[in-house]
Amino acid sequence: MTTETPMNKTTDTATPVTPPPTTPLVPLPHPAARALTVAGSALALIGTFLAWTWTKEFPGNLTVTGYPGGLQVLTLVGALLTLLFTLSGYDIPGLRWLTPGGKNSPVLLSALGVLATTGYAMGAISYELGGAVNLEPGAWVSGIGALAAVIGALGLPTDQPHDPGDPHPHHWVNLWFRLRHALSSPEPGRAKDLPAWAEILIITGGFGAGLFIFAYGIRTEYSEAFIGFLIIAAFGFSAVNRAGLLKRLSALTAKHRNVTLAAAFVAAICFPFTQSNDQFALIGANILIFATVALGLNVVVGLAGLLDLGYVAFLGVGAYAAALVSGSPQSTIGVQFPFWAAVLTGALASLIFGVVIGAPTLRLRGDYLAIVTLGFGEIFRITMNNLNGRSGPDVTNGSNGVPNIPDLELFGFNFGVPHNVLGTELTRSGNYYLLMLLFTAVVVMVFRRSAESRIGRAWVAIREDETAATAMGINSFRLKLLAFALGACLAGLAGTVQAHVSYSVTPEQYQFAGSVPPNSAFLLAAVILGGMGTISGPLIGAALLYLIPAKLQFMAEYQLLLFGIALMLLMRFRPEGLVADRRKQLEFHETGQLDVPEDKPLPEGATGVAKAGA
Amino acid sequence: MTTTTTAPATTTVLDASGVTMRFGGLTAVRDVDLTVNTGEIVGLIGPNGAGKTTFFNCLTGLYVPTEGKVAYKGTVLPPKPHLVTQAGIARTFQNIRLFANMTVLENVLVGRHTRTKEGLWSALLRLPGFRRAEETSRERAMELLEFTGLAAKADHLARNLPYGEQRKLEIARALASEPGLLLLDEPTAGMNPQETRAAEELIFAIRDKGIAVLVIEHDIRFIMNLCDRVAVLVQGEKIVEGPAEVVQADERVIAAYLGTPFEGEPGAAEAAEVEAAEAHSTTEGDDK
Repeated sequence: MTTETPMNKTTDTATPVTPPPTTPLVPLPHPAARALTVAGSALALIGTFLAWTWTKEFPGNLTVTGYPGGLQVLTLVGALLTLLFTLSGYDIPGLRWLTPGGKNSPVLLSALGVLATTGYAMGAISYELGGAVNLEPGAWVSGIGALAAVIGALGLPTDQPHDPGDPHPHHWVNLWFRLRHALSSPEPGRAKDLPAWAEILIITGGFGAGLFIFAYGIRTEYSEAFIGFLIIAAFGFSAVNRAGLLKRLSALTAKHRNVTLAAAFVAAICFPFTQSNDQFALIGANILIFATVALGLNVVVGLAGLLDLGYVAFLGVGAYAAALVSGSPQSTIGVQFPFWAAVLTGALASLIFGVVIGAPTLRLRGDYLAIVTLGFGEIFRITMNNLNGRSGPDVTNGSNGVPNIPDLELFGFNFGVPHNVLGTELTRSGNYYLLMLLFTAVVVMVFRRSAESRIGRAWVAIREDETAATAMGINSFRLKLLAFALGACLAGLAGTVQAHVSYSVTPEQYQFAGSVPPNSAFLLAAVILGGMGTISGPLIGAALLYLIPAKLQFMAEYQLLLFGIALMLLMRFRPEGLVADRRKQLEFHETGQLDVPEDKPLPEGATGVAKAGA
Repeated sequence: MTTTTTAPATTTVLDASGVTMRFGGLTAVRDVDLTVNTGEIVGLIGPNGAGKTTFFNCLTGLYVPTEGKVAYKGTVLPPKPHLVTQAGIARTFQNIRLFANMTVLENVLVGRHTRTKEGLWSALLRLPGFRRAEETSRERAMELLEFTGLAAKADHLARNLPYGEQRKLEIARALASEPGLLLLDEPTAGMNPQETRAAEELIFAIRDKGIAVLVIEHDIRFIMNLCDRVAVLVQGEKIVEGPAEVVQADERVIAAYLGTPFEGEPGAAEAAEVEAAEAHSTTEGDDK
């Protein structure tokens, strides 16, 4: 961004009056700007086929000419995306569908993504190998290409007319506003209806792409590749969003909801088959556990509006219950239930625990409830620590927990050993991943069905205004207890699988805040980051919150700091979370147009008014 | 909900007797009796702070009255808001309390809560009755939106409605619980004359559905047009109750709103004397 500021200064001094609408940030003739973008992104693309460095010491082997690897692939993908978006701006038939919303903002965003990824790669090479001399010409070709593409993209007219308003006295602030404006785009119009099979095909393709990107992110073997992946994924995602493709896709998914759920489920089933490494499949399984618990918490926080800071305790109750009846030699009970009975035991134990804690605490509102639940969460952990035979009766082995939980065997299928399914190897974690997926599906269904019912509406009403809700005949205490108990039960369900996946259950796994994600603070963060009251929100939030710390081990010390910064930025720029439910979207972005339902003409209005007046 | 268009025999819908509400040493409502009969619109007026809303809260179970009891159609109501609504008394609030981030339709659907029974299991397993109950609720809710003239805005967020329509939505939401008695707490506060007239029409239409109405209001003209009977609350006590014209002429009411005249009308000479005395006291009365 710093490179084009001088040019900008000249524009602003040359035209001190308010700039006409859609003026680009960099004063270039439109055709020249577009040509520059095309040339730049093509150059960046070509550069990825050349060697970027001379030694294999930098991970990913960037020394080969003619075969992009590691970070080069990411630049390649970004450059390709930029090229496609730019060419779509030429109105080339067959590419026009790419940009139903903004035409030029996606170009700018993807070009910025390429520049950021390439820049990061060049920086990382120089830093790790000790100087820019370690860069081969290929890296420079890509870098210069990316820079040219960004300058060209900045020269393209903005998608939305610029509202001059009164310019801010500070030049830099003005620039910042104009840059943000250049990144904004209009909403896409309504798509023309395709045949149903085509729409379903598009949904399937969308989820396929999502699965591929997600699997690629998990498979990254070194942190440089993961950071590059995050950069290009973030920019690429926003570019696709600005282009209006996500809006189009979400319109389709809203139309075919069952197909969407099925496609998401199938894509999720495919995931373990893309991971031959058990370590990566384990990340997948843990993400699922985390996400499922977050979705359970979403019933309590997102729907009923009860701030629960000790939610991880319910996961713990489920896990402990399952561990004690798992037949582990260290279990103090020493019985072995079949898995279905263990699941019921875990869910029931959590349910009872939820009711016991909820009955007294749910008479409190707001902050008081948060503090009390926080306390109960810690009480659970400390109690588990103390039931060790010295401080209290020996139930849980204290801080040693219940280790050596045996692997499950269902219908002759041993979860502990790899299986060969359709020619691909399914590892131990892959097995558990699939089992957990079943539970996730159950929780998704429970969430969806309860949210879209009389009970779910009552929960939301209590969240909005408890007094008014009771005046509408809602027994608020009973419904809050129901939400609390249901949430607890769902967490307990996930806990029963978690006990088996992690071999052992110890009190330290169930803290308020800790470095390993399923803890109360991170669960709440996953819900808020992802989007309260939605299904996909907590799933995405949990995936990000698990994946980022797991992949960036070297940042472990600063994890909470970065986490805090990320949350603050998110609350500033997207308070409704990554995935906004319809209500939240209307709540935070009152543009006046948004809440007008699209496909409804308004014929009844007049008659309604007449009737009221009668 | 039964329409009592044919039967002129009126029955008592609401019977509040001896309702007293004390907050510590302050008696906000003192020994108020009030009855509302079927097909009636009853007004409750009084100066600010007279205890009208407190009385409403006692009726609807938001407050537990210190003394006295509230009966609906012969049965004494427990002081729990949701049970009161279930029994058949619905209310609106003085300062609008909609579910701001729910859509207009959802707001009304929440009002249907007590008239539907589908629980969590029914929702989770989608038992046979579930879909039917949802359909019926939706139909009823849309009917009410038609009735109040909000049908075109069913998918808007409640918070995005203009003020007058929010008031209407509160009424629609209250009606959704199929009440036999509707309590309206200042339904026209902040409305312009046209809107007030429309609200009047709406309340008459509600009465014609067979729902008794008890309304708190400050707009005397509105009350006089609307109500069959008016009760006046002053400092927590009911001082008069009767037909609108009678109440309007009652000197205790005038006194409560405007203050009492002197004991004995002052004559012209006395008035001049007083005036002179006042003029005198303003010049030198400062040292007191």
